[in-house]
Amino acid sequence: MSRILEINIFRYNPEDPASVPRMQTYYLEETPNLNLFIALNRLKEEQDPSLMFDFCCRAAICGACAMVINGKPQLACKTKTKDFPNQINLMPLPGFKLIGDLCVDTGSWFRIMNEKLEAWVHTNKEFDPEAEEERMENSLAEQIYELDRCIECGCCIAACATAQMRSGFLGAVALNRIARFILDPRDKRSEQQYFEIIGTDQGIFGCMGLLACEDICPKNIPLQDQLGYLRKKMGVLAVKNYLFWKKRS
Amino acid sequence: MEIIYSDLLCIGAGLAGERVAIEVAQNGFKVVCLSLVPARRSHSSAAQGGMQAALGNCIKGEGDNPDIHFEDTVKGSDWGCDQEVAKLFAHTAPIAIRQLAYWGVPWNRVVSGRSFYYKGGKRFEKIERIEKHGLITARDFGGTAKWRACYCSDGTGHSLLYTIDSVAISKGVLVHDRSEAISLIQDGENCLGAVVRCLRTGKLRVYLAKATLIATGGFGRIYRASTNAIINEGGGLIIALETGLVPLGNMEAVQFHPTGIVPGDILVTEGCRGDGGVLLDINKYRFMPDYEPEKAELASRDVVARRMVEHMRKGFGVKSPYGEHLWLDIRHLGKEHITTKLREVYDICLNFLGINPVEELIPVRPTQHYSMGGIKTNVYGEAYGLKGLFAAGEAACWDMHGFNRLGGNSLAETIVAGMIVGKRIVEFLQEREVNFSLKLVELELKKQQEKINKLIFGKGRENVYKVRNAMQDILMDYVGIFRNEKDLQLAVDNLQELLERSKQIKLRSNGLGANSELSLALKIEGMVKLALCVAYGALQRKESRGAHTREDYPYRNDRDWWVRTLAYFKEKDSLPTLEYEPATKKIFLPPGKRGYGGTKIVPYDYPKDAPLPEL
Repeated sequence: MSRILEINIFRYNPEDPASVPRMQTYYLEETPNLNLFIALNRLKEEQDPSLMFDFCCRAAICGACAMVINGKPQLACKTKTKDFPNQINLMPLPGFKLIGDLCVDTGSWFRIMNEKLEAWVHTNKEFDPEAEEERMENSLAEQIYELDRCIECGCCIAACATAQMRSGFLGAVALNRIARFILDPRDKRSEQQYFEIIGTDQGIFGCMGLLACEDICPKNIPLQDQLGYLRKKMGVLAVKNYLFWKKRS
Repeated sequence: MEIIYSDLLCIGAGLAGERVAIEVAQNGFKVVCLSLVPARRSHSSAAQGGMQAALGNCIKGEGDNPDIHFEDTVKGSDWGCDQEVAKLFAHTAPIAIRQLAYWGVPWNRVVSGRSFYYKGGKRFEKIERIEKHGLITARDFGGTAKWRACYCSDGTGHSLLYTIDSVAISKGVLVHDRSEAISLIQDGENCLGAVVRCLRTGKLRVYLAKATLIATGGFGRIYRASTNAIINEGGGLIIALETGLVPLGNMEAVQFHPTGIVPGDILVTEGCRGDGGVLLDINKYRFMPDYEPEKAELASRDVVARRMVEHMRKGFGVKSPYGEHLWLDIRHLGKEHITTKLREVYDICLNFLGINPVEELIPVRPTQHYSMGGIKTNVYGEAYGLKGLFAAGEAACWDMHGFNRLGGNSLAETIVAGMIVGKRIVEFLQEREVNFSLKLVELELKKQQEKINKLIFGKGRENVYKVRNAMQDILMDYVGIFRNEKDLQLAVDNLQELLERSKQIKLRSNGLGANSELSLALKIEGMVKLALCVAYGALQRKESRGAHTREDYPYRNDRDWWVRTLAYFKEKDSLPTLEYEPATKKIFLPPGKRGYGGTKIVPYDYPKDAPLPEL
C-alpha cells in the first residue's frame, strides 16, 4: 500500500484581495521515486491550478526551486518524498520578497548583490582578439570553478541567522563570490578594494560563524573554508588599516 | 498603460540574449532584457560538457583549425546547414572562447606531460606539450575530427552564463525577470516591441524598442519527455509565428540526445562518452562498434540515438517500469575523474537515480534535447518577414546546425551569434528611426487583454493541462526518432483537432497575480501550432536527413530535398503554409558522405526525372 501524503503548503496571493496568508492541506498518493517537482505539479494540475511555486531545470542546477521543506531550506526538485514522514510542510524561503505562495523574488536580491560586489573581473587590459589567451594553471582553474559552482538558490541566506536578523547582510553566497574573485588573477582589484566591499559588519565581520550555510548548501560548496579565509585575510587588513590610521592621527 | 522604451528589447536573457545585449550596450544603447526567470536560471546553465572552438592546444586537438571545425559542422548537419553561416561561426569561435577567458570563465587548461585517457573502454596514454601548458584544453565530443570541446568540468554552461551575466551587469544591461512577452507589436513591416505579462503581478506592460531580439531558446517541452528546462515552451517562436509574417525554419529537425536518464529525462553530458564512457545493452554488451565501426559511441547524436533505438527494437533493451533503456558505463573512468570532470553527472545520478556512477551503470535512452529549427534569420540574425526583428541562439534557425547539431556547438553558437548579431543590431540602431503609433499599441494591448478575459470569464470548457498533455503524447508517439507517413498523418490530424480545442480553454483558477495556469493558457494554442509545424514539416519532407529519419524514405535526397523548410502560420488556418529555400546559397563543401551513420544518398546531380535508386 502506498502512503497518502499530507502536504501542507503556505498560501498567499498578494494580488488577490480575497487572499489571506494561511496553510492549506493537500493529500496526494505517493508513487515510486516521487520528488517534490512531480508532487507539486500533480497538485497544481489535478487539484489546484492556483498554486504558485518555481521550478526551472528540475535537475538541481539552476537554483529556482529552493523552499523550506519541513523546516529546512533546500531544493525541491531533488527532494524525494520517501525521505520524509507522511506530513510534509512547505514554506517560502525567508529573507526574500514574497511573490505568492512558495515563490520568492530571488532575482532582484541577487542582482542587487552582484551590483554591490561588482562581481565581475576588473581589469584595465583591453581584449585582443588576435592574441593567444593568457595562461593559467589547471589546478587554479579548478579551484575557481569549485567556487563558481554556486547556483544562487538562496538557501544559505534563508538558513543564516545573521541575514534573518539584519537585512543588508551579504551572506555566504556573496562572501563566496568575493573569495572566487580574490582567487582569480584576472581580477586586478586590490585587497583594499575587496576590504571596502566586505570588511564591515554587513560583510565578513557580521558572520557569527554558525555555519548553517555550510550544512545547507545544495552544491556542497566549502563555505566554511571561504568564510575562515576571508575573516583572516580581512582581519589582518583591518588591523593594518587601524595602525595606519593611528600613526597618521 | 505602462510603456517602457529601449533601443533594444531582448526577449530572453540566456547566453545568446545577454551576449547580444552586451555588444549593443557597450556601444551606448539602452538594452532591456526580458526573462521568464532570473537570468542566471536560464536553460543555458544546463549545458554541461563543452563549447566547440578550434584552438588546437591539447595534443589530441593538434592541427585543428576553423576549416576542420567547419567541415565537421557541415557533416554533422547532414549538409542541411547554411555553409556561409557555418564558416563564419567556426572562424569566430576561437575569438569568442578567448574573450570568455578574458571575462573570467575558468576554462580547464592543458597540463603538460604524460596522462591517460579512455576511448571505447580502453586506456591510452598521451603526452601534452610543454609549450601548450596552461592554454585552454579540450575534450573529445561526437562527430568531430579533433578534441575541440573546451570545458569547465561539466558545468560549462553554468560558468559561461554566470560570467556573461556578470559582464551584462557591468555594462548596465537591465534584466526584467519574471516577464513574459505574449505578443509582438508590429505594423506589418516593422517590429516595434512586445506586449508583456508581468509574472510577479500578472499585469500587462508594453515595451517599445527600435530593435527586438528573440533569444528564448528551444521548444523541447512540446514533447512529453525532454531534457529541456520546463520554461522551454517555445514562447519566442510562438509570438513570431503568430504574426503570420515571420517563418520558422526546419521545424521538423528535432534532436534526441542519446543519454537522457531513465526515469527523469535529465541530461547526462556527451562528455561521458567523449571521456571514454561506453553504451551497453541488456547483456552488458558494447553494441555501438557493431553499427559504427569507426566512430562507435562518438558518432553524431542523431546517429547514436538511431542506433540505440534500432538495438532496443531488436530486443536488447533493458526493461523497466519506466519503459526500455540501455546502459551508460563510465565506471572505468575512475572516481577521481568522475567526481571532478563529470561532477554534475555524478550529482545527477546520486540525486535523481540514487545510484553511484563510479560503481553502477547509468540507465539512459534517447530523449528530446534540442531544436535545430527556429525563427529563420539571415547570416546577420535578421528575421525574415519583419524589419527590426532579430533572433539568436537556439530560438533561431541561423542555420549552422541543419538537421543535426554537434555536441558543444550550441554553447558556441550562443556566444558567436551573440557577437555577430549584436554587431549588426548596433549598425541597425545607428540608422534606425521609428515612429511608435500609440493606436497600434493600444490595439495590441486590448487584443491581449481580451484574450485573458476570455480565458478567465469565457465560455470555454477545455482544461489547459489536458490539452498540453495530449499534444505532448501525440509528438512522443508519432513524431519521434523514426518517422513514417502513417504516423505523421495521424499526428497532423490529431494536432489539428487539438488546435480547435486549444481555442476553447477556460481557467479553473481565478487567474490573478503570478498565475501559471494563465501563463500556459496564453500560449497553448501557439504550442500546438509549433507542434503542427514540426509534424507537418516532417510529413512533407520525403527523405531522411540528420535527425529527420523517414522509414519510408530512407535516402538523403540531395536532388529534391537539399532545401530548408519555411513554415508560416496564417491567422485562421489550421495548418502551416510551407515554403522551401535552398539549404545553402554558398557551397564550400559539396554534399558527400558523413563518415558515420551509413546514410544512402541520392546525389544532387542525380538525373532530374530518373526514378530513385532501388534500396
